[in-house]
Amino acid sequence: MSGVLMKNIRKSYGATEVIHGIDLEIESGEFVVFVGPSGCGKSTLLRMIAGLESISDGDMYIGAERVNDIPPSQRGIAMVFQSYALYPHMSVFDNMAFGMRIAKRPREEIDRRVKEAAEILRLTPYLDRLPKALSGGQRQRVAIGRAIVRNPKVFLFDEPLSNLDAALRVATRIEIAKLKESMPNSTMIYVTHDQVEAMTLADRIVVLSAGRIEQVGAPIELYERPANLFVAQFIGSPAMNVQRAKIEKTGESTTINLGKRKADLPIPSPGQLAGADVHLGVRPEDLTIASNGGGLMDGRVNIVESLGEVTNVYLDVENAPQPIVVKLPGVQRFARGEIVSVAAQPSKMHLFNENGRSLLYL
Amino acid sequence: MALSQTSAAPVASETRLVSTLTTAFVTLTVMAAGLAASVAVAVAGYVLIDFVFPDSKLLDAALVMVLGVAACFGYFWASNKLLDTLYPASGAHVAANLTKANAVRPWLFLGPAVIVVGLYLAYPVVNSIWLSFHGPSGETWAGTSNYEWLARDGGFRESVRNNILWLIVVPAATTFFGLIAAALTDRIAWGNIAKSLIFMPMAISFVGASVIWKFIYDYRPAGSEQIGLLNAIVTGLGGDPQAWITVPFWNNFFLMVVLIWIQTGFAMVILSAALRGIPEETIEAAVIDGASPFQIFYKIKVPQIWATIAVVWTTITILVLKVFDIVLAMTNGQWGTQVLANYMFDWMFRGLDFGRASTIALVIMLMVAPIMAWNIYETKKGTK
Amino acid sequence: MNTVVGTRPALTWAVHIAVFVLVAIWTIPTLGILISSFRDKDQIVTSGWWTALAPAERNIVARAAPPSEAVEENGRWVLRGNVFGEASGSVSAFGISIQRPTEFAPGVTAETRDGETVAVGENGDYIITYPEQPEGERGQRLFVTTLEPPKFTTENYETVLFSEGIGQSFINTLTVTIPATVIPILIAAYAAYALAWMEFPGRALLLATIVGLIVVPLQMALIPLLRLYNDIGVGKSFIGIWLAHTGFGLPLAIYLLRNYMAGLPREILESARVDGASDFEIFRKIILPLSFPALASFAIFQFLWVWNDLLVATVFLGNNEEQLVMTGRLRELLGSRGGNWEILSASAFVAIIVPIVVFFALQRYLVRGLLAGSVKGG
Ligand SMILES: Nc1ncnc2c1ncn2[C@@H]1O[C@H](COP(=O)(O)OP(=O)(O)OP(=O)(O)O)[C@@H](O)[C@H]1O
Ligand SMILES: [Mg+2]
Repeated sequence: MSGVLMKNIRKSYGATEVIHGIDLEIESGEFVVFVGPSGCGKSTLLRMIAGLESISDGDMYIGAERVNDIPPSQRGIAMVFQSYALYPHMSVFDNMAFGMRIAKRPREEIDRRVKEAAEILRLTPYLDRLPKALSGGQRQRVAIGRAIVRNPKVFLFDEPLSNLDAALRVATRIEIAKLKESMPNSTMIYVTHDQVEAMTLADRIVVLSAGRIEQVGAPIELYERPANLFVAQFIGSPAMNVQRAKIEKTGESTTINLGKRKADLPIPSPGQLAGADVHLGVRPEDLTIASNGGGLMDGRVNIVESLGEVTNVYLDVENAPQPIVVKLPGVQRFARGEIVSVAAQPSKMHLFNENGRSLLYL
Repeated sequence: MALSQTSAAPVASETRLVSTLTTAFVTLTVMAAGLAASVAVAVAGYVLIDFVFPDSKLLDAALVMVLGVAACFGYFWASNKLLDTLYPASGAHVAANLTKANAVRPWLFLGPAVIVVGLYLAYPVVNSIWLSFHGPSGETWAGTSNYEWLARDGGFRESVRNNILWLIVVPAATTFFGLIAAALTDRIAWGNIAKSLIFMPMAISFVGASVIWKFIYDYRPAGSEQIGLLNAIVTGLGGDPQAWITVPFWNNFFLMVVLIWIQTGFAMVILSAALRGIPEETIEAAVIDGASPFQIFYKIKVPQIWATIAVVWTTITILVLKVFDIVLAMTNGQWGTQVLANYMFDWMFRGLDFGRASTIALVIMLMVAPIMAWNIYETKKGTK
Repeated sequence: MNTVVGTRPALTWAVHIAVFVLVAIWTIPTLGILISSFRDKDQIVTSGWWTALAPAERNIVARAAPPSEAVEENGRWVLRGNVFGEASGSVSAFGISIQRPTEFAPGVTAETRDGETVAVGENGDYIITYPEQPEGERGQRLFVTTLEPPKFTTENYETVLFSEGIGQSFINTLTVTIPATVIPILIAAYAAYALAWMEFPGRALLLATIVGLIVVPLQMALIPLLRLYNDIGVGKSFIGIWLAHTGFGLPLAIYLLRNYMAGLPREILESARVDGASDFEIFRKIILPLSFPALASFAIFQFLWVWNDLLVATVFLGNNEEQLVMTGRLRELLGSRGGNWEILSASAFVAIIVPIVVFFALQRYLVRGLLAGSVKGG
């Protein structure tokens, strides 16, 4: 009942259009994450939902109401900004109470709601402090608290964790996950750069690129069945390897030719693709070292990154537009210049046509 | 908030016209009402308190002050409240109301500023131009006779000559001393105290400074005890005391000293900030290259703060063009020390010739405008 | 910078000395006025203020008692008395002719051509002897150089505050300055907010116009406004001068404040908007408190400017007792009491003490303001 519905939403700044017609339905109570490269329009879209940015064209609904012309404060949303945006001259309590004071709510109600929110976020000891006397994590919790106090139908987060250090980011991420659990009826829309945040928090991920939606789906779905090369390479780290190939046989399963080697993939392909150039995608973690010569591709070891838990090996492979990365468990040793052969299970391979569309979605 | 485009263009432009007119009308009404309400309350307050406590001078002054300020606050409060009542942010037409209120509110905020600036700055420019073509009282058309008079007038020529002297000496000396003071005080532990003291004359009025310096220049006939510091030093060194501010030509410089003394602190503060903004690395590189402190200062630091020096220089130039108080207080333009600003003042209040005075004012503006424009441009560039 | 290894100590000393000299030159003039304002009015004109702590040497001309009062002693007619009369002092030299007022040391007996002797003791006691019985009522003139102990007094301040009208002028200046500082800030702050954060057609043009008006020299505005004031009957009133100072101060104020406000984080304002605050509330509850440094620095500027202004006050306020401000009064005194340094110095000090206190108390903000926009045009 309080989901968000976007119909052909567009945004132009003067003559330049930065959002090119977004259609998206977000269910009530869903946790949706927007990801995409910098400048793709995530913040703009979120701010249009909030009402901080006017909508150039299209219709936006929150719940059943068309909100295009409704001011932010009346849309039933709350927003948490990357920079926290706390009022620096007000105490934590006053920061959280500001909205209700503007709305002239009774004192007792303000008191009660702020205390409740502070309790949830373990901010009670800091209520009298000014933001400058708080740590980054505490500030972010205050910003979240300020949102909770508004009791919104939709929470909007714009990269709320990106100003925190790595450890704090993990802790706060878990906190947000718990928060969502405790408020199953509120819809949350969350913008991030960070894949881990997206994968762990989201019910559904919306991948955006250059003002368009590339794919919408559950995290594992995006990981396992990316709709196109962009999503395939955007989700997962290091990014999916891509190698050029030619289709030899179409049908229930597809046989591709990698030049020296061939592979048979359990992916159906239409007949007109016979002989077409395609892209083979394999995630680094799905590649293994094959006994000499028996793999999918051979490559020369260029760089070895030992991270302890895993080792990333960068191989120069003939025809590959970029080095092929192999992610191997544990510590592994390779000599620079060594020739190795890598293999993968056919079921873990992805095929994309010339335009980058996955054959699964044709 | 921009409204979404509608397809029917003629209808849209018509409604836009209507809504613009409505906005303008509401704006003016609300502004007027807010102003009227606040002034009425202030006047009523004055009358009331004046009635209760008649003739108490001190109270009167305080009251006038408080009410004057209160009326100003009152305007903003009343007009905004009125707007909120007119277009409440609740109820059925929230969106429409907010759009309308948002169209009006900027003008409520800007109104007083626009009116005051228009009246006190824009109108005078136009009016001065008009007056400069008119006779003494501004009623009779005088053609270009004021300009012709100006071209031939000896007093004007003297003022221009002196102004040029001021323009050359004061900005140069001020910037120079400011730069020296900034460079030196930045190097010592008690630099901040020194800065404060050098900066202090900024707080002193030109007239106050004139009194201070007139005391320094005080003259007693030879043989008697000198109480002016300058003459005491001169006689102490075996010279003859002088009435400094009456020595033709050189007295100009004694007046300039006052302005230099006042403004050096300003130059110092700005230049000191600029000096501290120089990347340390460039200085360290020069030190490693074996440059001496003087070389570092002239070859590394000064070139890097050139833009700031220019801004300081022009700011003081503008000030110099308008210098008036010092000349008025020290010599009133006698003994060959007349300057444009004081000359204009002379024609306004002693000559009672608004036409000629306006013409001189225009000359001052024409001299100031380009420097000022350049100054703002430079400052903007600097802060970006 | 000054921690570089091997800095030469001689240079450091040179810097210290140079700064000391600069500071001395920049403070001594003010110090002179300050010290003089507390000195005795006779001492101000007889010795430089830098000798204020030393005993003041002063030449006085005393007249001895009338010769007719001389009494005969041992064949000579003798006159005794004290040059100080009732007061006391110490004589460092005396003389009997105006050409040589310091000819004799105290205690020495001087002889005149007609056989008289004159002796003045250190404590001022004099003995004059005449060979014959003198006549006449005009006493002998005695030129005495005395050493007076330094005298400090607050009398000058009492004089200027209560009988020279400086007190009233002080109140007038306050009455002009406070509203002329608050009103422009208030108006400019609202305008600056609108120009920084509100959307309306013509915003950029309006901003450029207002800032462009910084170039208008104040003098130019005087005649048109004076005529306008007379036409609409505002005449010479406090309201008139408040508005004039407001008008002249606004462009710079708007320029400074808008730059500052535009630099505030956008998210904070958006946050407040999401919280339901209207522009009016955002302005009062968020912008004003956060702009405090900029407001303070402009306030100090405007305060100093208005307090120290002579021109606008001369034109828009009258010259009468009721309306004369400090700077105007000071200028008037310079004209009418040009030589009375006890009055001038005390008045000057009354006039500059308030801005100086404000200056030292709030210097931090002043510097910040200067750095934000070094374009005070006036
Ligand atoms: N006021 C504006 N005027 C013109 N273009 C703008 C404006 N604001 C944003 N843009 C453009 O819109 C695009 C989307 O910006 P947006 O801030 O939504 O990106 P984003 O996905 O949030 O990026 P990031 O991850 O870096 O925050 C960008 O290309 C940006 O340059
Ligand atoms: Mg963003």
